[in-house]
Amino acid sequence: MSNTSPWNDLIGTPDQKHEEGIVVSDSHAEATHQPGLAHHFESYEQQKESSFLGMWLFLVQEVMFFGGIFCCYVIYRSLYGEAFAAASRELNVFIGALNTTVLLFSSFTMVVAVNAAKQGNRKWIVYGLLLTILFGGIFLGVKYFEYSAKWEHNLVPGPNFEWHGDDVGRPVEIFYCLYFGMTGMHALHMVVGIGIMLWMLRPAWRGKWTPENHNFVEGFGLYWHFVDIVWIFLFPFLYLIGLAT
Amino acid sequence: MSEQHASEHEHGLKFYWLVLFALLILTWVTYGAALIDFGHPWSDLVALAIAVTKATLVVSFFMHVKGATSMIKMSAVGGFFWLLIFFAFVLADVLTRPGMRDFF
Repeated sequence: MSNTSPWNDLIGTPDQKHEEGIVVSDSHAEATHQPGLAHHFESYEQQKESSFLGMWLFLVQEVMFFGGIFCCYVIYRSLYGEAFAAASRELNVFIGALNTTVLLFSSFTMVVAVNAAKQGNRKWIVYGLLLTILFGGIFLGVKYFEYSAKWEHNLVPGPNFEWHGDDVGRPVEIFYCLYFGMTGMHALHMVVGIGIMLWMLRPAWRGKWTPENHNFVEGFGLYWHFVDIVWIFLFPFLYLIGLAT
Repeated sequence: MSEQHASEHEHGLKFYWLVLFALLILTWVTYGAALIDFGHPWSDLVALAIAVTKATLVVSFFMHVKGATSMIKMSAVGGFFWLLIFFAFVLADVLTRPGMRDFF
């Protein structure tokens, strides 16, 4: 295709429109010549662009979803700053920082997998995915112990909630609602991500993803990095807000 | 044009190690900054600034938005921009209510 104006991707050139339906067999022949290119796309470029645009639209929706929860946090935090600071001091900063580090490493290993996919190195796609699953698993394991400690100390909101710290009133419980809600929703995203990665191992090993079409790997990478970004905001605003006062 | 794009986001692993290193350093910076009392809105704004810096690093390099096509760039930036509008309008209401005067 000599004319590569972006509009042609959307509406097609007059010639193409004319040819549509007549040259079905030709397009099939093309499909066999270009493995990994779906027949409704003209080029790998266009296929890739569509795939990432779709993924980004999904992520923008996720940004708004987590944004809503963060907004809830901002409102209650501005109302009950003192209680939030006191409640935050009960969280273990070391564990939070450790998990931040683990998650940043998992993002890096995801980049390793995507880079390997670009080069058609299926062995390193699998290694990258396995390492990412490992770091994600460590994160969730640490989170499990963190949650059970909160459970044992009766810091889970509900009828058994007990507070023995500074007398700052019941808004402490709101902080813990938000803490479990936000980190829980984040952890759920990680569980889904790990599930998808486990599923990805087999096709990766079998060489499904090539330098021409590894859009699934790269698209999933976008999702995993997004989950990392959510934690980048959760860590300071849940664990660190009461340290200085 | 498209070749230029391709060479732009073809970084080696060494480059990504550097990004990871920067992110780890910034994690320590955000911890260090949290130990200092900058006064009421400033402590939060410092933490926010560091988190936004980290997120920008991840979005630009790990998510390859730097060097992506303008359509992808616009979708990504547009999403965060809309979030900004969302927060601006909510805070314009909440923070200017009678009981919130001491917030500033």
